[in-house]
Amino acid sequence: MKLAKARRAVGLGFAHAGLIVMSAFSLFPVLWVVSMALNPHSTAQPTSLEILPRHVSLAAFAAVIAHPTEVDGLTFGRLLANSLLVSGGTALLSVLLGATAAFAFSRFKFRGRKAGLMTFMLLQLFPSVCSLAPLFVLLSALHLRTTLVGLAIAYAAGTLPFAIWNLKGYFDTVSAELEEAALIDGCSYFTAFWRIILPLSAPAVAVTTLFGFMAGWTEIILAWTFLENPKTFTLSMALYGMVGQYGTTKPWSDFAAMAILLSLPVVIVMLILQRYIVAGLTAGGVKG
Amino acid sequence: MIGSGPLSATTGPLATPVTRSGKGLSTERLAYAFLAPAAIVMTFITLYPLAYGIWMAFTNFNVTHLRHQNPRFVGLQNFVDILTQAPYLDLHFMRIFGFNLLWTVTNVALHVTLGVGLALLLNLEGLRLKRLYRAALILPWAVPTYVTALTWRNMFDPQYGAVNLLLARWGIHGPDWFQHFWTSFAAVLTTNVWLGFPFMMMVASAGLVAIPKDYYEAAALDGASRWTQFWTITVPGLRPTMVPAIMLGFVWTFNQFNVLYFVSQGNPLGETEILVTEAYKLVDPMGLYGVASAFAILIFFILAAITLVNLKLTRVLDA
Repeated sequence: MKLAKARRAVGLGFAHAGLIVMSAFSLFPVLWVVSMALNPHSTAQPTSLEILPRHVSLAAFAAVIAHPTEVDGLTFGRLLANSLLVSGGTALLSVLLGATAAFAFSRFKFRGRKAGLMTFMLLQLFPSVCSLAPLFVLLSALHLRTTLVGLAIAYAAGTLPFAIWNLKGYFDTVSAELEEAALIDGCSYFTAFWRIILPLSAPAVAVTTLFGFMAGWTEIILAWTFLENPKTFTLSMALYGMVGQYGTTKPWSDFAAMAILLSLPVVIVMLILQRYIVAGLTAGGVKG
Repeated sequence: MIGSGPLSATTGPLATPVTRSGKGLSTERLAYAFLAPAAIVMTFITLYPLAYGIWMAFTNFNVTHLRHQNPRFVGLQNFVDILTQAPYLDLHFMRIFGFNLLWTVTNVALHVTLGVGLALLLNLEGLRLKRLYRAALILPWAVPTYVTALTWRNMFDPQYGAVNLLLARWGIHGPDWFQHFWTSFAAVLTTNVWLGFPFMMMVASAGLVAIPKDYYEAAALDGASRWTQFWTITVPGLRPTMVPAIMLGFVWTFNQFNVLYFVSQGNPLGETEILVTEAYKLVDPMGLYGVASAFAILIFFILAAITLVNLKLTRVLDA
């Protein structure tokens, strides 16, 4: 008995060792960024490694909010408003279009139902970069390419399949009794959908909305390729302006502060909704 | 079949025939009405560009055709140029494809091994600080991939990056990461393992909960070793949850644009370029829209083939 206990203790010891190593791997980049943001160096780049900052100041945050880019007159407020507009537009489009389509897939039988579901799943497999060239040419022709509305529409194309699969999965679990009763009482299908199904599916609707929002919030490639007027630039584009060939003049602490401002809302939402998001992703078999 | 009323497709609950009251006839039309908004938008922004892209693939469409001039039909020239390494494109299709496969397989293998391993550790009875470890280990999953990629790019900076500063503290002179293929590969692999293992860990954790504890107790009574228990109980038990996640991870990793575009930027000399980053390069800065579309079609067929193989493999395993 004693031997078994000792073996168990040794096993737990190894488990702790493994978990500590991997936790350190996980936390290292995060702590590095936080430390750089909180303790701006006198030099542009850090010359020593500090994982726990020796001094704490919010100067870097103040700097990026006061002066986020090299472009004159492009304020943090403007970047934030643009990001909110694109992300909000993406979220709204994907949840509204996604919910009605998911309702149809969940509650009706019709010709092309299976084919439609498969199409939405397959479309997800193909990377958005692949439709970049035709989208670029088409949106240019429609004079939408350099606008935030055009960008939100392009993003919605990417988020819609997840929206449909995630919402359909949830609608399938909502009991039909209430809506049947409403239909017998003479209520229209649309009212049943709007007044009964949607409110009952609040968690899935919330996850879908936030997912669309986050997709728009952190996207960079389409924004960087399509937008031309600095007045329409987004926060994630400003962050890109702070690294590599574009950011030689910006200190790394600015990059760190901006990275935190951009990521923090996403990190909080993802951690709170982790269960729902993972379930939605694996159920639909679609990308994130 | 037509107009047979609403019903529970797979798990849909509306099985009772509410619509006997006459509404039944129009349900198919109603379904289409509900589908219409999504279908119209998808037609415009996904299907139409797709069709347009297929047409572009057979033309010499480039920057000069954006405003004036009509592009010329060139038949299969773009595909031939890509596959025969036409010098003006400066790309080696089979090498990129080969690297893309190496990249995907190594990543997914590491994600799954680490993910399942950590899920098993966190599932041990009597382990303290579980919640703390879990929180730390999930964190990379919550950070936007784009921010992760930019951060690791800076981390691997040869002079100021945290990785080389850490190595220097241990007395090791860190390499110039993106100058050589294997160090560059190690750098992007580290980045992608960092952002990818937590998802597999979360899926595996959820799967472990579903395996009844008494299976292990019964096996232990029969004298089965831990190792045998793992292969005969844990692995089959995890399969239903892990298989879809692995397929998903495979496609995600195969198309992992952000890491390769921002961290290694294809360096050295395009040796860490994957198909989607190369497709992007053809659009911007090269502006060869026709060739880019042809390239995208090739990627499309490769992904379709991979998906088919994946589906076949998993069917075979499940049978």
